[in-house]
Amino acid sequence: MTDDRNGYPGNGNGGAAGGAAKNRLAEIAAGAVFPTETHPELDRETVVLDVQGFNLFYGAKQALYDIRMKIPKGKVTALVGPSGCGKSTLLRSVNRINDLLSTVRISGDMLLNGDSIYGHGVDVIELRKRMGMVFQKPNPFPMSVYENVVYALRIDGERDRSTLDEVCERSLRGAALWDEVKDRLHESALGMSGGQQQRLCIARAIAAEPEVLLMDEPCSALDPIATNKIEDLIEQLKGEYSILIVTHNMQQASRTSDYTAFMYLGRLLEYGPTATIFQTPHLRETLDYVTGRFG
Amino acid sequence: MSADPVKPAPFARTRTRARTSLFAAGEPMVWLTGGGLVVAICMIVGLLGLILAQGVGTLWPQPVVEVRLASGARLMGEITRTETYRTGDGRTARRRLFRTGNFELTNEHFTWVNDADVAEESRPEWAMVFERMSWGRFYGRPKSLTVEGTVTADAPAAVWAGFARVHASVSDRREVRERLETEEIGEVNRRIEEARLAVRRAELRDGRDSPAHAAARAHVDAIQAETKAEFDRLRAEIAALNGHNAKFSIRVVTADGRETDLALADIVRAYPANRLSDGARWSLYASRWREFLLDEPREANSEGGVFPAIFGTVVMTLIMSVFVVPFGVMAALYLREYAKAGPVVSAVRISINNLAGVPSIVFGVFGLGFFCYVVGASLDELLFAAKLPNPTYGKGGILWAALTLALMTLPVVIVATEEALSAVPNSMREGSFACGAGKWQTIRRIVLPRAMPGIMTGMILAMARGAGEVAPLMLVGAVKLAPELPIDGILPYVHPERSFMHLGFHIYDLGFQSQNSEAAKPMVFTTTLLLILVIFVLNVLAVQLRTRLRRKFVSAVF
Ligand SMILES: Nc1ncnc2c1ncn2[C@@H]1O[C@H](COP(=O)(O)OP(=O)(O)OP(=O)(O)O)[C@@H](O)[C@H]1O
Ligand SMILES: [Mg+2]
Repeated sequence: MTDDRNGYPGNGNGGAAGGAAKNRLAEIAAGAVFPTETHPELDRETVVLDVQGFNLFYGAKQALYDIRMKIPKGKVTALVGPSGCGKSTLLRSVNRINDLLSTVRISGDMLLNGDSIYGHGVDVIELRKRMGMVFQKPNPFPMSVYENVVYALRIDGERDRSTLDEVCERSLRGAALWDEVKDRLHESALGMSGGQQQRLCIARAIAAEPEVLLMDEPCSALDPIATNKIEDLIEQLKGEYSILIVTHNMQQASRTSDYTAFMYLGRLLEYGPTATIFQTPHLRETLDYVTGRFG
Repeated sequence: MSADPVKPAPFARTRTRARTSLFAAGEPMVWLTGGGLVVAICMIVGLLGLILAQGVGTLWPQPVVEVRLASGARLMGEITRTETYRTGDGRTARRRLFRTGNFELTNEHFTWVNDADVAEESRPEWAMVFERMSWGRFYGRPKSLTVEGTVTADAPAAVWAGFARVHASVSDRREVRERLETEEIGEVNRRIEEARLAVRRAELRDGRDSPAHAAARAHVDAIQAETKAEFDRLRAEIAALNGHNAKFSIRVVTADGRETDLALADIVRAYPANRLSDGARWSLYASRWREFLLDEPREANSEGGVFPAIFGTVVMTLIMSVFVVPFGVMAALYLREYAKAGPVVSAVRISINNLAGVPSIVFGVFGLGFFCYVVGASLDELLFAAKLPNPTYGKGGILWAALTLALMTLPVVIVATEEALSAVPNSMREGSFACGAGKWQTIRRIVLPRAMPGIMTGMILAMARGAGEVAPLMLVGAVKLAPELPIDGILPYVHPERSFMHLGFHIYDLGFQSQNSEAAKPMVFTTTLLLILVIFVLNVLAVQLRTRLRRKFVSAVF
């Protein structure tokens, strides 16, 4: 059993014994930290977001363990893993929304296009303006549909009506919502259905044209048609935008993403091209998870 | 193996289900909670019903009853109350309280009449009620009417018709005279006072006998000479009006046969109570309500209207809201959005809650000591030194009253606002931050609009509490009778230093401070009804506003 660990990394390619896999998971549960199995394809990509040995604690409880991860520019990266493994936490750390919780402590740093995110003297507000985020639960603001979409522009002081109108329409079209709300742009956003609200939040996130788009299970509240539309949107955004998306839906991950990262109990276990991760991952645990054998 | 005792499958259904108990279904709880509601409703309806029943009837014109007592005395009046009592030999008997009026003749407004003493009772056709500017009501039969100095009618019907014809013009003259007395003479007095103040200012600034002082003194003399003519003219005008009105009078015979002349100018309203048609009764009722709502009080507040008190209450409540809402909201914002939770914040929060339990009179004492005697006195020294030792702001006034009540209702607003702020979902704040909004932008654009209905609730509660409060007001500016309104047509139009009348204080004054307490008692209910109405209207307005905000900013969708 120990020699299986010696063979790490590389040859776990479906060949590892079931017992060994269980053992690794058990060791992680007991507190062990393994280096991430990062596939070499990632070295050829330009990096937009570079996570460098990031740890996060909720009070005394550690939620992220030494995350090292380079998010490629213009690509879609999916974060998968069992519930409670820290996907949302990682996502919320990228735009420092977790700062709002007084119990959170962190160590390590991340770089956004080379600029430190957690360094001294970083302007957090400026930083957040460079990212967009879609939350797990829809959170429209208590204002009209229109004002929701152009919120980021409003707080930047944009007043030009034609610019706002144009951004609003483009973003709503992008989020596959335009046709449904074009006649009620000035009604309260709180009167929409849950799925519409979620697409509104997506429109709001893309309105500011962020460098990185963070999406936390954006489709969990959507019907299959809207889900398709969102996946189409992700397809279109690819190239211009770098997207980090959390999903529990393996089909969605394999359909939409270029790279997939597998997280388990706060650790990043394996990170590589989506096709490889879903068909021939290096780690037994990854295969077990993506094929639905645990998690 | 097969001989092993059969183990139950892990999810075998072995639990026997208990029958739904009475308590699980909660049937008794429905009754209990419903019962609580019923008790609350009964109390509210009972109180409101009492006030409504007593308050609405007060102004309704009652018939006039004349009685001849066994002793031979006669008296006449309106029956205001009936009660049964136990006589010395243990039988129950009934007695009635007559409002007999004619105070200048009898030294009494009311008389108790035992049923046993009544020899004869009637409703004389020509018994008339006179409501007067002073001395209260007069009850009697009209005998003759003097118009322009000559007797023009001497039969009751003719007197009544003649009275109805000329009374309006007499009243008009009286009103013109009152206006001359208060406004025009007041204006002249103000000019003289202004010039005197200028002398005092010059003296304070440049010293006694300085050129500026001498100039100011010369100015006073000039003004005085100038206004003397004005005074004389006004006095002559007033004398002419009075002289003219003096030629109108009505001779009345009381029940016991005494005759008196009543000046028409002194009569506010007169009517033959037993001859009124239904329509006349209603129009009399309406005219009394109009007087009650729109006129100033007479007769130590037990007659006339309460307009100054309504006005004072509304203005004071609005000024209070203007102060308390922004301050309360700011304090709550800091506590909830900025302050780091810790022992200090908890201590502050506890203190605020304790503040809500401090007796209101303590706030009155504080307001008097701090606002009037410290802040007001300093203001006087800085800005109104010339008027000293007469205080301007250094005494009770509507501004200080509003500030005192603002302080008193601050906890209500803070607590309600804090509740409203904590009810704003954190996900909304996070969404705003994720869009790159700063803390204040998030508060202003997301948190405050969303919390606004809750803040309005706090304001409604504060207004209701403030408008109905009496005790502290007695110390900081509410008075029995305020000669001037806090807002009027005289520059600078708003006079926050003036003392004011307040419905709550008016009720207290009527009920406990009035000499003619029997006459004042029904007015207590009417005024209470009015105070409740004023609070109700203020609340309805605020609730309307809140509903509109709520529709805009909060709505539950699933
Ligand atoms: N505010 C918090 N305070 C304390 N612990 C937290 C907090 N938020 C999350 N956690 C813990 O951190 C761990 C990671 O949570 P996280 O929400 O990141 O999981 P997740 O991977 O997004 O799960 P899911 O797929 O269910 O959304 C969990 O064990 C959770 O209990
Ligand atoms: Mg999550």
